[in-house]
Amino acid sequence: MNVRSQISMVFHLDKCIGCHTCSIACKNIWTDRKGTEYMWWNNVETKPGTGYPTQWENQDKYSGGWETHNGDLRLKSTGKGKIVFNIFHNPHQPSMDDYYEPWTYDYQELFNAPEGPDQPTARPVSMVTGELINIQSGPNWDDDLGGSKVYAENDPNLAGLSDEQRAQLSAVERLVFFYFPRICNHCLNPACVAACPSGALYKRGEDGIVLLDQKRCRAWRSCVAACPYKKVFYNWFTGKSEKCILCFPRIETGQAPACFHSCVGRIRYLGVLLYDADRIEEAAKRPPEELVEAQRSIILDPFDPVVIAEARANGVHESVIESAQKSPVYQFVKIWKIALPPHIEYGTLPMLFYVPPMSPVMATKEGNTIDHTSEDLFHDIDESRVPMKFLANLFGAGHEGKVRYALRKQKAVRWYRRAVTVGDVPMSTAEHMLREADSTVEEAEAIYRLTSLCTFDDRFVIPPSHREEAIQMLESPEEHRQSAGFGFLSGPRRGI
Amino acid sequence: MNGSPHYLDELLFAVFPYMAFFTFFLVTIQRYRMQSFSYSSLSSQFLENQQHFWGLVPFHYGILAVLTGHILGFLIPREVLLFNSVPLRLYFLEVSGLIFALLTLVGLCAAIARRLSESKIRRVTTTSDWVVFVLLVIQVVSGIWVALFHPWGSSWFAATATPYLWSLLKLNPEIQSIAAMPLAVKVHIVNAYALIGFFPFTRLVHILVVPNPYLWRKPQVVRWYRRAGA
Repeated sequence: MNVRSQISMVFHLDKCIGCHTCSIACKNIWTDRKGTEYMWWNNVETKPGTGYPTQWENQDKYSGGWETHNGDLRLKSTGKGKIVFNIFHNPHQPSMDDYYEPWTYDYQELFNAPEGPDQPTARPVSMVTGELINIQSGPNWDDDLGGSKVYAENDPNLAGLSDEQRAQLSAVERLVFFYFPRICNHCLNPACVAACPSGALYKRGEDGIVLLDQKRCRAWRSCVAACPYKKVFYNWFTGKSEKCILCFPRIETGQAPACFHSCVGRIRYLGVLLYDADRIEEAAKRPPEELVEAQRSIILDPFDPVVIAEARANGVHESVIESAQKSPVYQFVKIWKIALPPHIEYGTLPMLFYVPPMSPVMATKEGNTIDHTSEDLFHDIDESRVPMKFLANLFGAGHEGKVRYALRKQKAVRWYRRAVTVGDVPMSTAEHMLREADSTVEEAEAIYRLTSLCTFDDRFVIPPSHREEAIQMLESPEEHRQSAGFGFLSGPRRGI
Repeated sequence: MNGSPHYLDELLFAVFPYMAFFTFFLVTIQRYRMQSFSYSSLSSQFLENQQHFWGLVPFHYGILAVLTGHILGFLIPREVLLFNSVPLRLYFLEVSGLIFALLTLVGLCAAIARRLSESKIRRVTTTSDWVVFVLLVIQVVSGIWVALFHPWGSSWFAATATPYLWSLLKLNPEIQSIAAMPLAVKVHIVNAYALIGFFPFTRLVHILVVPNPYLWRKPQVVRWYRRAGA
């Protein structure tokens, strides 16, 4: 056993209102520089939709993530063998057209336009070339199902849905969608790290944050193609890739990352998970239907004395073990099992988990009296407007079991709370439902509390970083003389 | 040979190479130490994905093969001469060298056309990029000229250029054999020094950081801040 700690995340999709506050918080802090205008380290997608970059989930197009080949894991895009031939031109590299060309507006025109019969307009100007452009698309062009004929109907997760189910998703007055906020998953088996020829990408041993060493990146671009979530971005100006850093300067000072901190719906949870680093590869190799369980199995119980002893032996700080015991993420993922990894079939073992969203029941069922027999208590889970298969494609590698389990438990908690607060459901029925959903009254209370009444401190259990112990600080103080902030002598430029 | 070559030959073939190499080593090392952030291939594939293939792939394969040929002629001249002693092998070497050189030229032209035609790519093209392009065009065209009009270079290179280059390395330049060379060859050599001297100021530095260790390192990289060396 090789116990390591990882700062992990849960996004509760049932609470996401799609306000994009997280995206704006992130953009204002990290990606308002030249070359990063098009990057959204945090973005919120509407599902069904094609997302950002367009169709990122379509790995036939982008070849992201891992595949098993003769029992070995290998990168779909450019692993060790293929990089030699593909280093000059990466065949799977997305281009700016797959994202969008960033633009601003010629606002001066509003003031400087000569007097004329028409109102002056501020025309869009490309932030790359500085020339006037005709905007074709942008990030979130498909927000709230805008242009769904172009976007929502081409969602790769619709694979395997019947025509009837597809029609149902977009039927008038039964339209349904939910939001899918995304950041870097800080995976256990990151494809970007494994693909980087320069060794610039790395996972921090202490907290598992995946970072990109700007001084070692040489623009071989393999990471962009390899990441199946397309969360490594190429800065076209500096010639370096960049990615979400989980606001590590904030985490190291005890603050939640900006997107977490600003979340209006309080959907985001952050906490430590202990995991067994020796079993990562073994877990990632399992067949798709076993992957969710395999990943859970390498997440360790922070109360288990054996795990604690191994963690101590491995240099995990006492305070980190303590925060692992208080971790909300551990509750959601391992105890309650209602948070699931996105697209685990990509093989990267993402450490950001999603509580799948409840959706309204089919309109045809409206007006039916609730049937209290045990077979039917959960009927609307399978007859929700969002087909189970669609959610399974997102959160269960195409297999419905784990998603159904998570939704049933959520539904049982709702009915339990309804019995408590409204009282129109007998408690015996609520308890029966909880039993059916593999839950208890105590667990339902805990889920309810962490979902609905959670404070800042409940949601974000940030372990101390103990930077005082970091070897970095023991290096020569001359190293960063005359530099400020994060250690650059001059601003990031292109070339020399 | 009268033993006292023209002063211009002296300057170009005995002084200039040392200036070029001095600049090369001084600036590449200093740049690596002080501005390692600036070491990048500055790929523009992200901005333009189609023409990129037709320019960059032929250029790189071509130039790598041609450079390998030059280095072999420099390191193992005897073996190359021995190989060329059979005419058929000589023809083979000459023709394949020419093909790779033409491949380089085609790629180079495609890359230049791409830089001129795509407004996004023009935006990220600097003066140093154009200097590199000009130097590379001169280098490749003069090389092809030599291959066409002064053939059997793979043999005479070993007999004339190799001893000259070794004499440079031994800090005792003997330029008689070079001084007698045709103009195209001289241009090719002098331009090579210009390229080497200007190299550290350009994106060409990416050649020095080609990631060989990737092929044998473990796929996953973990950095520890607390355990030194772990």
